[in-house]
Amino acid sequence: MSATDTMASAALADLDGDKLRPMYERMVQIRVFEELAGKNFAAGLVPGFVHLYAGEEAIAVGVCSHLTDKDFITSTHRGHGHCIAKGVDIPGMVAELMGKSTGVCKGKGGSMHIADVDKGMLGANGIVGGGFPLACGAALTAKTLKTGGVAVCFFGDGASNQGTFHEGLNLAAIWKLPVVFVCENNGYAEATPVHYHCSATDIANRAGGYEIPGIVVDGLDLFAVYEAAGEAIARARRGEGPTLLEAKTYRFYGHFEGDQVTYRTSEELARYRDRDPIQAVRTFMVARGVAAAEELDAIDAGVAHLLDESWEAAKAAAFPATEETLTDVYVRY
Amino acid sequence: MPVMTYREALRSAMAEEMTRDESVVILGEDIGIYGGTHLVTDKLIDQFGPRRVIDTPIAEGGFTGAAIGMAMAGMRPIVEMMTWNFSFQAVDQIVQNAAKVRYFSGGQVTVPLVIRGPNGGGVQLSAQHTHSLENFYGHFPGLKVVSPVTPHDVKGMMIEAIRDPNPIIFLEAGALYGTKGEVPEGEFTVPFGKARVAREGTDVTLIAYGRQVNMLLKVADTLAADGVAAEVIDLRSIRPFDEQTIVESVRKTHRAVVVQEQWRWFSVGSEVAALIQEQAFDDLDAPVERVSGAEVPAPYARNLEVAAFPSEQQIVDAARRAMYRG
Repeated sequence: MSATDTMASAALADLDGDKLRPMYERMVQIRVFEELAGKNFAAGLVPGFVHLYAGEEAIAVGVCSHLTDKDFITSTHRGHGHCIAKGVDIPGMVAELMGKSTGVCKGKGGSMHIADVDKGMLGANGIVGGGFPLACGAALTAKTLKTGGVAVCFFGDGASNQGTFHEGLNLAAIWKLPVVFVCENNGYAEATPVHYHCSATDIANRAGGYEIPGIVVDGLDLFAVYEAAGEAIARARRGEGPTLLEAKTYRFYGHFEGDQVTYRTSEELARYRDRDPIQAVRTFMVARGVAAAEELDAIDAGVAHLLDESWEAAKAAAFPATEETLTDVYVRY
Repeated sequence: MPVMTYREALRSAMAEEMTRDESVVILGEDIGIYGGTHLVTDKLIDQFGPRRVIDTPIAEGGFTGAAIGMAMAGMRPIVEMMTWNFSFQAVDQIVQNAAKVRYFSGGQVTVPLVIRGPNGGGVQLSAQHTHSLENFYGHFPGLKVVSPVTPHDVKGMMIEAIRDPNPIIFLEAGALYGTKGEVPEGEFTVPFGKARVAREGTDVTLIAYGRQVNMLLKVADTLAADGVAAEVIDLRSIRPFDEQTIVESVRKTHRAVVVQEQWRWFSVGSEVAALIQEQAFDDLDAPVERVSGAEVPAPYARNLEVAAFPSEQQIVDAARRAMYRG
């Protein structure tokens, strides 16, 4: 079965053109954001570490399309896609990558620490597995204050071996927290393949130990992710507790920029590139008459323009004033 | 003025603040139905119910991290660390998230959180259950670290801690839960960063925090019999740190002894000694003396434990050296 067929069979009644177009646009935004981040990292414009999300767009967009600003997410070192899908300002993210004063964190966090509280984005986290307890706490706040909000914890296959995974899932299960744990299994914990580092064939199997639902979906298929995430999030909102959702995916670039990617083959990469999740959505939309190719071309052009402008603005922006070194440590001391 | 124990003062501070502010909740191991291993939270669950006095699994990293997430999302949790020895399980969450998220988010995220529990030794719990972690937590910008020793201070500082919008490391003198003292009726706070002169004197300044302060008061009596008037300073707060009270005292006495249960190297006492030489170098008549725990994991046998911690005699000897009376 081709990717398009799979998607067609999973296509949901509520995904009409008006809903699909912004989802497609978000996916393209993530892709272009990442391609330019990689290019500009190589050009020396971005310091530190940059971990690209390209290839995994269907997950962030498929999940976050069910969320509003009152819902929380915690993210990872590979967090740009989650931020964009949650609505964080793209020019502000670009500026943050460059360490500029106009960045969403005023240039104090960088790629691995992008946060936007108003959008419910509690922060990317540079520590693998750092987000599980935080997401549980955000969900406990939502439950205690009866806001109707949920929390989504994005994490990778590597994080599933950390102790925080166990502590977080157990807490969420015993307290029936409105939280969804979304595992982005891209096959490699940095350079170590999942079949080596993980005892479970499917990480979702570990849900059984907590007696919560564990679901596996094709993470390259926007519709499959959207459908499964929709059910898990609705379940959380109904007060029925957490779900572990594993999306099998692939990253189109290395663990970080500069990674020589010696641990996987070019044939493997090509296989997944052939299943590009964005191309699949585009093909589906055009084939089903949901959108004309020209319409999608216009979206692509708009995204390219937005990102070009964002980079130009970030390049022109000032670095933080030196006095900023010492601010924002305490609310008051 | 009413007299209450350290434990009761702590409990009343939390109960009053929970009554005043619904966003204050407590999480920890066995704190609800069981009443807390040290009975600090005894019966609070009857008053506030299980949604606000939340029993947790034994998972310090998990529930401390969850409390940080709760605080980030708008509540004001208090975490009971059954003892601070177990906080090593939670250090990643405390240091990498609670202490830093405000800074790396450019000031967006606040973590109004109190983590509290007994700290320090002296009751033969041996190596893994005996630590004084003031310097460890005090090292990290983003945390505030306090160590009250009297029932008065533990109440006033707990109310201050709960109302503070930053993450607070609240190190209780675990050996002193049953000690009594006067505590004013009604609401009051003790500000952080202000040391207490526990006894005034003119000849030598004795500096400590936590249960060693009580030891210093006894030492001051011993020295008084010798004709030496010792001033005793209770630091109360490790970060922020009251430099002024220490420096003013040393300018008066010209001699200082700093005492701590923790190990000597890279310790609070080291910082106090450095501060004095920076700001009162010309006022000193003798090197600053440090009396610290022995450089060993805490021993079990009573005689070994006593030998490993500062004794009154060691402090008296240090003071006499500073006075050139040794």
